[in-house]
This record gives sequence, C-alpha cells and structure tokens, in this order.
Amino acid sequence: MLEVLGYPFFQRALLAGLLVSLLGGALSAFVVQRRLSFLGDGLAHAAFAGVALGLFLREEPLYLALPFTLAVALAITYVKERSGLSEDTAIGVFFALSVALGAVFLAKARGYVGDAMGYLFGSLLAVGPGDLWAVGGVVLLGLALLPLWGALAYATFDRELALADRVPVGLHDYLLSAYLALALVVAVKVVGVLLVAAFLVIPGAAARLLGRTFAGMTLLALLFAFSATLLGLYASFLLDWPSGASVVLAQALLFGLAFLKTAFSGGK
Amino acid sequence: MWAVETQGLTVRFGQYQALEDVSLKVPEGSFVAVVGPNGAGKSTLLKALLGLVPFRGEVRIFGRPLAQADPFWFGYVPQIKTFDHTFPALALELVVSGLRRAWPFRVGEKERERALEALGRVGALELAHRPLGRLSGGQLQRVYLARALVRRPRLLLLDEPATGVDRLGEVDLYRHLEAYQEETGATILMITHDWEAAHHASHVLVLNRRVIGFGPPERALSEECLRQAFGHLGHEHALFLGGGRA
Ligand SMILES: Nc1ncnc2c1ncn2[C@@H]1O[C@H](COP(=O)(O)OP(=O)(O)OP(=O)(O)O)[C@@H](O)[C@H]1O
Ligand SMILES: [Mg+2]
Repeated sequence: MLEVLGYPFFQRALLAGLLVSLLGGALSAFVVQRRLSFLGDGLAHAAFAGVALGLFLREEPLYLALPFTLAVALAITYVKERSGLSEDTAIGVFFALSVALGAVFLAKARGYVGDAMGYLFGSLLAVGPGDLWAVGGVVLLGLALLPLWGALAYATFDRELALADRVPVGLHDYLLSAYLALALVVAVKVVGVLLVAAFLVIPGAAARLLGRTFAGMTLLALLFAFSATLLGLYASFLLDWPSGASVVLAQALLFGLAFLKTAFSGGK
Repeated sequence: MWAVETQGLTVRFGQYQALEDVSLKVPEGSFVAVVGPNGAGKSTLLKALLGLVPFRGEVRIFGRPLAQADPFWFGYVPQIKTFDHTFPALALELVVSGLRRAWPFRVGEKERERALEALGRVGALELAHRPLGRLSGGQLQRVYLARALVRRPRLLLLDEPATGVDRLGEVDLYRHLEAYQEETGATILMITHDWEAAHHASHVLVLNRRVIGFGPPERALSEECLRQAFGHLGHEHALFLGGGRA
C-alpha cells in the first residue's frame, strides 16, 4: 500500500479525493438542514449535460460543465424565488431539461460516449493536474466564503429572524447555490454524476444524528467525509473496486454506525 | 423624538389589504399595547416595522428612515416560531445569535456570560444547554424573549409574548419588561389579547386594518373603540368587557 504513495497519479488521486471530501463535508451540513439534497442531484445532472456539451463541441468538458451548471443553479434559485413554486418542483423541471439536453448532445457527439461513461461514475485515478488545480481553486474560494458561515447558518435556522436582522438572505441563497454548483462540477470528475450527490448528503446526515450544535454537526461532517475518503480509497486499492463507489460505501458505513448508535443508545 | 413614526402605512397581500393608511406617532419610552381581533394586521404591523413585508407609506424609527435604522436597535419576538425544528441548536446559541446577527460557531466567554444573564432574567437559565427543538411552547417563548433582550434594544417588538407562558411567568414577564424600560428608557410595542394587561400600558393601539384608537388605555379601550374594532359586542361580551376593566 505505502509504495503506491510514491506514484504521482496516486498522490493526485488522494489529494483530489481528500479535497473533494472536505468540500462535500463542509457543504453537507447546509445541504441536509436546508433540504437541498435534491438540488445536489439536479445539479449533478446539469453537470452531466455540460460534460456532454463539451464532448459534442470537442472542448475540455470541465470548461463547459462549470458555466452550464452554474447557470442551472442560478436559474433554479431564480425560478423558485420568483414563482413561489417549491424548490423541488423547480429542480425537477431543470433536472429533466438537463438530462434531455445531455442526451441530445451525446447523440450528436457520437464516438465519445465512452468518455461520457467515465463521467457517470468518475475516476480518481484519471484525475489530471488540471483537475487538481480546479478542485484546489474551488477549495480556496470556499475559504474566502468562510466568513459567511454564521449568516448562512442563521438563515438556515430561521429565514425570517435573519431577515429581521437585515441579513441579505436572498443574496446568500444565490451564493450558496452557485458555490454548490462549482463544488459539484469539480467533484464529478472524481466521484461521477451518479454518486456526487452522496458526498453532499451522507456526511451531513451522519453528523446530524450525533451533533448537538450546528458547529458540531459541521465538524463531524468534515471528519466523516475525510475518513470515508481515506477508508474508501484504501478499500478501492485493496479490492480493486471503483474509487468513487468505494468512498460512498465507506460514507454509508459511517452513516449506518451513527444510526445504530442513536437508535440503540438513545443517541446524543 | 418619536420612537416609531408611520405615515400612511399600507400593506397589501395580493388583493387583500392587511393594513390601510396607518399613521402613528409613538413617543420614545412608551409601552404600547396593540390589541385587535384575529387577522387585524397586528403581526403585519410589527413585520412592516422590521422591513419583513413590503409596504407603501413611510416608516421612521428614532427619526431615521427604516432602511437606515440600525438592526441592533430592534428586539423582536415573533408570534409564530418559524425556525427549523430539526436544526441542531441549543437555547444558549439562539440567545447568542441575538448578540451577533449571525449563528455562533463558537460561543465566546463574554457572550456566554451575557446570554446566561439574559436567560436568567426570564427564568430560563436551566434551559441554556437544552436542544431548542425539544422545548415546550412557554419555554421557547422565554428563550426568544432572552434573545430579544440580550442585545439591549431601544425598541422591543413583542408579538403575543405571554402566549403559552404560565401565570407566574406572565406576571414576571410584565414586571421584567417594566424594569428593563425603567433602566434603559426603551420603547415597547407589545401585541396582546389580554385587555387587562393592556390597561397597564402607557398607550393602547386598537387596530383593525386601520387605526381605531390610539392613546392612553382609558380612552383607547373605551367601549366605543372596542365596538368599532371587534364589531358588535353582545351581552356577554359587554359583561366581559366590564370585568376586564375592573
Ligand atoms: N404572508 C401573507 N400572505 C398573505 N396574507 C397574509 C400574509 N400574512 C398575513 N396575511 C393576512 O393578513 C391579515 C392580517 O394578518 P396578521 O397576522 O397581521 O393578523 P393578526 O392581527 O396578527 O392576527 P392574530 O391575532 O390572529 O395573530 C390576515 O387576514 C392574514 O391572512
Ligand atoms: Mg398575529
């Protein structure tokens, strides 16, 4: 196991996996409490449409998936705020639209469908230096947004109280969806379209079972995401399982343990 | 200076007019009881003063246009606690959020002291480390009051703060509000359905979409005003009215 650490491709895989897990862990507390897990799924499929568009235009898929997913995230938030439709309805519309567009782009990009499969399940070992820079950039941007944590958590707790205190809640909603979109796109390469939403939900869900405060929940989610990535990659290497799937299985295992703890010890 | 001054304040929800041409001048340091039937627009009035609902007309808070009022001037206890009951939060954290206008990641030593003191004053010290989602209605009411008071606001906007609070707690609540007011000169607007409590206020605002009466309790709570606000008062109501005033 240890000698593999010497290979640059494995170092990149490990680093990318850990950075993505930190992104997912930090965001998952918000995703769980704001009930955004469906948004995660919808945006993952938008990312897929963006990738398909990239394959069709024979451009680097990431370059097109980024703006495409960002646009869908903002559109969902806009439609929700302007129409009074519930969020899951707005997401459902754009979810279907994205998958349909993705199918059209892929059909037109015949011959590249194999590449598209790579994006469905993702591959840590295929992470290139460019992808790593992209993940690193999004993590740095996240650090810049860290001062907003308190205001975001406040509005997550109670939107009206935050509004009464003049927190720019609407602006923050857009920022959060936009950042979610960025994090999703860079994570898609690593985890794949089908599983990326798990990164945004499971660590937070497990942490919710054990945390008594929102700060505690956030830290626990980070811890779970981080250890699931280490555990999953190790298992993936030992058993020759797909990397993204192994990490998600490790997350699910941690969630199961947290659930057993709350169910059988009264929890908290 | 007026603590609250509104000019032609009108709030519409679609076709429905919840408040119509409300013009008020609330003197600084007064204790205003706001009364009126269900759906009269009482909560809507407080929300307008907080900028939570769009309105036409003009609102000034301590002489400043609403948009320029400092959020820390306001202490608000909402009627309906809309918070996410699954959000992992301790009562203490909610009180600290009142000091910060943000949710605390870590509670500092000074903040903890102030928050505990505020909880103590409303008789809720033992609730500090309890999960918020599991508190009873009256317990929540006390924690929200502590949250509103901890920032030492100049203007307290209380939407039925005594609802759900036990009899002793209610007496404590009024005593405490009076003490706070004496100490700080703050202005209080309190919505209540308890006409007896309203009699202890310095001013009473009788509201039913428009201002029916505003002034000292004896005047605003006159039978004439109440009849106008609540519609025809039957025999029993008239009896109750008499009892309330005794
Ligand atoms: N967000 C909203 N959308 C539409 N109508 C609303 C909204 N908020 C309040 N209303 C309506 O405005 C009217 C006044 O409501 P408000 O909550 O201010 O009444 P209230 O005087 O506080 O009543 P209560 O004594 O029952 O608390 C009601 O008819 C209510 O249905
Ligand atoms: Mg009300």
